[in-house]
Amino acid sequence: MSTKEIRPKGENFVWFTGMGLALGLLMVFALLAVIFVNGITVFWPKEIVEVRLKEGSDAEIQGAEAFAGYISIDRHVNDIRPGKVEQKRELQFFVGNKDVYGFMYKFVDYDQIESMGPTPGIIELERLEYGDAIGYPVSLTLKDGTKISVGDENFEKEFEEFFKAAQDRRKEIRHLEKKVIGRINHKMTQLQVKKRTLERKHGDEAAQAMSSYIKYDDEIAELQVDYDKLAAEAKALRQEQHDIQFTYRLATGQEQSLPMGELTGYYYPDRLGFFGKITFFVSHLWDFVSENPREANTEGGIFPAIFGTFVMTLLMSIAVMPFGVLAAIYLREYAKQGAFVRAIRIAINNLAGVPSIVYGVFGLGFFVYVLGGTIDDLFFSSRLPTPTFGTGGILWAALTLALMTVPVVVVATEEALSAVPRGMREASLACGASKWQTIQRIVIPAAAPGMLTGLVLAMARGAGEVAPLMLVGVVKLAPALPIDGIFPYVHLERKFMHLGFHIYDLGFQSPDSEAAKPMVFATTLLLIVLVVLLNLSAIIIRNKLKKRYKVGAF
Amino acid sequence: MVETNKAATSPAISSDSTDPQYIQVKDNYGFWYGDTKVLHDLNMDIPKKKVTAFIGPSGCGKSTLLRNFNRMNDLVEGTHHSGDIVIGGRSIYDPKLEVISLRKRIGMVFQKYNPFPKTIYENIVYSLRIAGRSKKSHLDDVVERSLRGAALWDEVKDRVHDSALGLSGGQMQRLCIARAIANEPEVLLMDEPCSALDPIATGKIEELIHTLKDEYTIVIVTHNMQQATRVSDYTAFFYLGKLIEYNDTETVFMNPKEEQTEAYVSGRFG
Repeated sequence: MSTKEIRPKGENFVWFTGMGLALGLLMVFALLAVIFVNGITVFWPKEIVEVRLKEGSDAEIQGAEAFAGYISIDRHVNDIRPGKVEQKRELQFFVGNKDVYGFMYKFVDYDQIESMGPTPGIIELERLEYGDAIGYPVSLTLKDGTKISVGDENFEKEFEEFFKAAQDRRKEIRHLEKKVIGRINHKMTQLQVKKRTLERKHGDEAAQAMSSYIKYDDEIAELQVDYDKLAAEAKALRQEQHDIQFTYRLATGQEQSLPMGELTGYYYPDRLGFFGKITFFVSHLWDFVSENPREANTEGGIFPAIFGTFVMTLLMSIAVMPFGVLAAIYLREYAKQGAFVRAIRIAINNLAGVPSIVYGVFGLGFFVYVLGGTIDDLFFSSRLPTPTFGTGGILWAALTLALMTVPVVVVATEEALSAVPRGMREASLACGASKWQTIQRIVIPAAAPGMLTGLVLAMARGAGEVAPLMLVGVVKLAPALPIDGIFPYVHLERKFMHLGFHIYDLGFQSPDSEAAKPMVFATTLLLIVLVVLLNLSAIIIRNKLKKRYKVGAF
Repeated sequence: MVETNKAATSPAISSDSTDPQYIQVKDNYGFWYGDTKVLHDLNMDIPKKKVTAFIGPSGCGKSTLLRNFNRMNDLVEGTHHSGDIVIGGRSIYDPKLEVISLRKRIGMVFQKYNPFPKTIYENIVYSLRIAGRSKKSHLDDVVERSLRGAALWDEVKDRVHDSALGLSGGQMQRLCIARAIANEPEVLLMDEPCSALDPIATGKIEELIHTLKDEYTIVIVTHNMQQATRVSDYTAFFYLGKLIEYNDTETVFMNPKEEQTEAYVSGRFG
């Protein structure tokens, strides 16, 4: 018997279908792997080498034939130089020291390199500005001019102490400026608004004569005194940050000095053991998720973007869930099934296919200008012409996305409702329950897992959406979080940062795209993790409900 | 045909029944699903506190009639009827009568056990809760009385607050009976209550029906001829939407007057 005879007909198609799945999985896993590997290695410490160039090489930096850095890209490219046919190997180095060199990354042809060697004692400095600096420590200069040079046995200990003191001072400054002064500012603004309300109501002169107006003025003056005192305090602290200078020598020879207050972190790359590397990784990852961004978002962390995405998605869920579920209940349970309901259902399904930017435009036109403008006129007229709700904000963004994702919730809820067994409804009705009681006590609990599936899908779509947000409230850098300690704690009118927009901004709007690249990968990884976490929590809730309402017997 | 119907209207009711005309299907009752007439010219009286079995082949309309007693067929769109059904002296189609209050008077047990995905306790007190009664001592009493009434108390008394879905099939069906009698209805409708159960569970339900008829008027639809003989006092045979024969059970099975009945009960068709 030949193999041809024993093989059942149609088996080839199994292979075809399997190939379809394999291709899909391959693409998904490749994408995830690229993002994961690139995103996670951002925080892993790199090995720094000292590169010595061949004599007369055109790759030198400011005349020096040696520099230090780590390899960020190692690749083979087609040689475009005349007369060359083979591929050439080229390396991209992260060299840092942007303040001196004017760039942070440098491509060098491999055949230009004489040698790459170790860099004992080199230090990598993480700074508030200009990114990292790489160099050899030279000395510390104290305020009174005393120098502690690197040969001194106390040097490293002193260095660490000064660094810690500067860190503490920075925290203090931030606390003063953001929290304490922020609160005073907030109070003063409110008093100003009250003053203006009086002026609007009674006319400028009459208002200025009123006792409450004068009281407001006094209060403002008092606050101003506090403000001046605190501002002076902060200024003094800032001044202190510059008292101690750290001098280091670049591998290219220049000596540079940096005030300790500019330093946010440092490490000796050649001294990191395995555990040192792990500590480095964890602390940098933590900084990334917990810090505010710096340097046009290319440095620092992305905490406000995580927080903004999270709050926005939460608000969207709160808005979309009741809205979609109620619509679906009416459509499925009460509306007379006919051509009209079918047409509505088709319209809802079509809404899911409308490009998201259209929702953005609608959100801007309707929510921001019409609704927000009306709210401003009615409740915040004393602040006009500065808009409060009449400009993009997290509430309008959440509502716009809720509108966009409502079809998902409606469709999923309708399916869940129709999957509730008829027997259960009949049992309830036969017990003397009204239709609404049946829906409320039997149908909705039984359909809850399906409704949550809809919410999971809506959240996944909403959290990853960027285009409409650009029109209704997302910003590159938000001055304050949408939830904070100042009354009324939740500020729905505030603009916010969003991970998706952050990725776009870093990748395409950043002045230094090379410097932003690692951040793009890390942010993308984080967005994916956030979406997965949101989904996972919804799935866990759903499974718990499913277990509770498991219907084994229908 | 009319002759047949007249003959079948009322079986020779034994004198021990307090109310031989407790449920009256009258005025040539007819029922339509859309344009299809499924029940034809029915006239029958069902006595109080007796078990009356409806038998007949599938599609003969017996379940439809049963489900009309508590107007469950209202859920189906496009139905209408002619004639009248009177239960306990009041027409179920009385426009002043609320369907909800009718259903509270008439308990129903379905073909497939359908407990709610709640605890045993909550299943039973469901009808009381929706009526707005929530006094705990009262609810506790109702749970115990109903479970005892459904011969389930001894099996579940220690776990009334566990999920009802953890019970066996037979227990679930008895729970549905307990739920149906929690409201102390006047009539208990059973739509093939044992068709999804094994013989042992079926035996328990049948035993239960025997004890329940002291309290309730029971109408049971069954496909199982032996069951009808075991549990019912009266039997009505339906065929193609018509009532062919209605008499006390012994007569219908041992000495049927109609040829069709004989053919059906002896297993020659259906």
